[in-house]
Amino acid sequence: MEYFLQQLINGLTLGSIYGLIAIGYTMVYGIIGMINFAHGDIFMIGSFIALAMFLVLTTVLGFAFLPVVLLIVLIVAMLFTSAWGWTVERLAYRPLRGSFRLAPLITAIGMSIVLQNFVQITQGARVKPLPPQIRGGITLIEGSNASGPYVVQLSYMQIIIIVTTVVLMAGFTLLIAKTPLGRAQRACEQDRKMAALLGVNVDRTISLTFVMGAALAAVAGLMFLLLYGVIDFYIGFLAGVKAFTAAVLGGIGSLPGAMLGGLLIGLIEVFWSGYFSVEYKDVAAFSILAIVLIFLPSGLLGKPEVEKV
Amino acid sequence: MAAKDTGMPASDIKPVGAQAEAESRRMASAPVRDAHSFAEAVKDAAMAGFLAGVLGLFFIGLRTDIAPGGLDVTTRWGAWFTAIVLVFAGRLLLNLFVFRKKHPTTRRLSLASPAREAALAAAGKWLMRVLFVFALILPFFLTTFFPGRDRQYIDLAILIMTYVMLGWGLNIVVGLAGLLDLGYVAFYAIGAYSFALLATYFDFVGFWIALPLAGLLAALWGVILGFPVLRLRGDYLAIVTLAFGEIIRVVLLNWYDFTGGPNGISGIPDPTFFGLEVKRNGSFGEFFGIPYDPIQKFIFLYYIIFVLALITNFATMRLRKLPIGRAWEALREDEIACRSLGINTRNTKLTAFAIGAMFGGFAGSFFATRQGFISPESFTFLESAIILAIVVLGGLGSQIGVAIAAVVMIGGIELLRNLDFLRDIFGPGFDPVQYRMLIFGLAMVLIMIWKPRGLVSSREPSVVLKEKKRIGADMVAQGEGH
Repeated sequence: MEYFLQQLINGLTLGSIYGLIAIGYTMVYGIIGMINFAHGDIFMIGSFIALAMFLVLTTVLGFAFLPVVLLIVLIVAMLFTSAWGWTVERLAYRPLRGSFRLAPLITAIGMSIVLQNFVQITQGARVKPLPPQIRGGITLIEGSNASGPYVVQLSYMQIIIIVTTVVLMAGFTLLIAKTPLGRAQRACEQDRKMAALLGVNVDRTISLTFVMGAALAAVAGLMFLLLYGVIDFYIGFLAGVKAFTAAVLGGIGSLPGAMLGGLLIGLIEVFWSGYFSVEYKDVAAFSILAIVLIFLPSGLLGKPEVEKV
Repeated sequence: MAAKDTGMPASDIKPVGAQAEAESRRMASAPVRDAHSFAEAVKDAAMAGFLAGVLGLFFIGLRTDIAPGGLDVTTRWGAWFTAIVLVFAGRLLLNLFVFRKKHPTTRRLSLASPAREAALAAAGKWLMRVLFVFALILPFFLTTFFPGRDRQYIDLAILIMTYVMLGWGLNIVVGLAGLLDLGYVAFYAIGAYSFALLATYFDFVGFWIALPLAGLLAALWGVILGFPVLRLRGDYLAIVTLAFGEIIRVVLLNWYDFTGGPNGISGIPDPTFFGLEVKRNGSFGEFFGIPYDPIQKFIFLYYIIFVLALITNFATMRLRKLPIGRAWEALREDEIACRSLGINTRNTKLTAFAIGAMFGGFAGSFFATRQGFISPESFTFLESAIILAIVVLGGLGSQIGVAIAAVVMIGGIELLRNLDFLRDIFGPGFDPVQYRMLIFGLAMVLIMIWKPRGLVSSREPSVVLKEKKRIGADMVAQGEGH
């Protein structure tokens, strides 16, 4: 039971990170119907920016008060990663708008290769370890059983991740539901041509969607960096595939679905590693994806597909 | 998936409307002021330079490195500044000389009149013949004209030919049947591992026994993996095939007792020539009475993959004319219409998966015998991406286009290994090999933007009433993925 509880907490933390990345996929898919394959690498870019900014603040400028440092790192990482997201859309996807469907998928894969290799060349191929910055936590249960003493701990890091995710989710739901930008996005999602006719700047809306997705990916990048403490240029691929899996699982195009899918993928992965084998955790996540898609092709919260002739 | 149907109006899917729309948007996006004035060009270039500065700040300007006692940040302002200036200058030149023209060079290249189209078709036919003859005599051409480096070049030719074959195999699935497969490398891996494992566990299994078995096993897996995903379409199919590809790789990596895990399998036997061994003191030289030369093995391997690729091509061409091939193409164009006309879409999709997988298995088996050693590292997602890129860049459904794309992309990657002269320009610290994949990715993006439908985008109909007409790119609604 204690083990289960601890795994549950770990799974929710990991799931929050996947969920944040998955939102980027789901928004882009919802609005232009393409898999933004480079989104995982935008996440990687975000975590590298966060690392560099963190080091500049702490070692070069000598700031020591951690909350302020992290807040500055978060804002800087979101801003600069957004610039990357915007550029990727402008260079690789906008020229192909209205072209046939496979073309942007190929440029997305190309962009993903470019980003990975760019970071590998400029930052080196070796992993970057960052010692844990936020230590300690709240002990929920303490006791001992046959196999010795145990504790179920909710670390401050995990609290920060879950709280940040919840706050950001609430913020984005409001943004989509209440603001003119959100309205424009929903309009573009339903019918791009009609939205354009009614005076919505479609190109700008799509750009902003990429910017928002990138900003959330940057948050996920910072969380990943703080939680695991190790990043390299290749982390984007697997995280990206799993986040996309999460988006599909939750029903692509739906924001709560992306979050739910992220949490489920995180839980599946953590429980599988905890109870069965660490090696096959990815197989478990992908198998779940296949099974869900076969029996529930529109995902958990997605709208069922309507075939038009 | 609602977004796909409601978000993209029907007219958006038709390329004619789509292209016109893209055209008008390009016009509309230009500012109303004189966009071609020098001041505007400089302003735009300055924006690009600023953006480059923002993007490069944390990657070119700063570098984090592992130092004693933690991570350390070093600055490279010189490189950062150079990057900004390069982007500014590049954008300015593009603004002044390429984007400024009323008819940009890129558009002139991509627009084709019917007469030119016909001329191109005739040229294409001749090109095909010339390429075929060239490929046929290639090893002897290389041994005659590049005696010093023939081994390296023939090896490269073998590699390219392997990708041509993989491209043609995937072309059946993606190009003809319109099923977007991002996990094709799984079948390549299954073919390679089938042969390697059979050869490890049974001594009598040689390449020629294993080859059909590998193809059959890969086809079987094609059906097994294809069956559950039959109901999926488009990008969902893509992501599930990607997941299958990764599952196969992870299993190969972790099933240590059976596959050797990350250590892979070594000692895979070489192919024989009708039972004759092509090696030092082998029976091949003895039988034909020619002295041994290490190049013989490479030439032999080249002809094996050449013949395998030809079989793939021939089978595809013939299949296109069979009912099943026509059903594939009909499926690619419109699945609903297909079902209404009584085509069994399940069987049609499964055969496409199985036959595509079979050729992937053949190629994998050849890969194993050529390398003599295989490990899961050779079957990453990047391979799938490269093969798919070859098919899409070449033009979906076009055999010659795929072959050209394979030569350009794989040859290009390998060419970048040998650019040592760049080191003289940029100094000894410059390693061109590092930039190989970066340039490959950029090339993928640029070619796709230049020709979104691939190099050969027109189609040859498989059924004709009176005269054969080529179907222009703007009439083709291909690759919708369902």
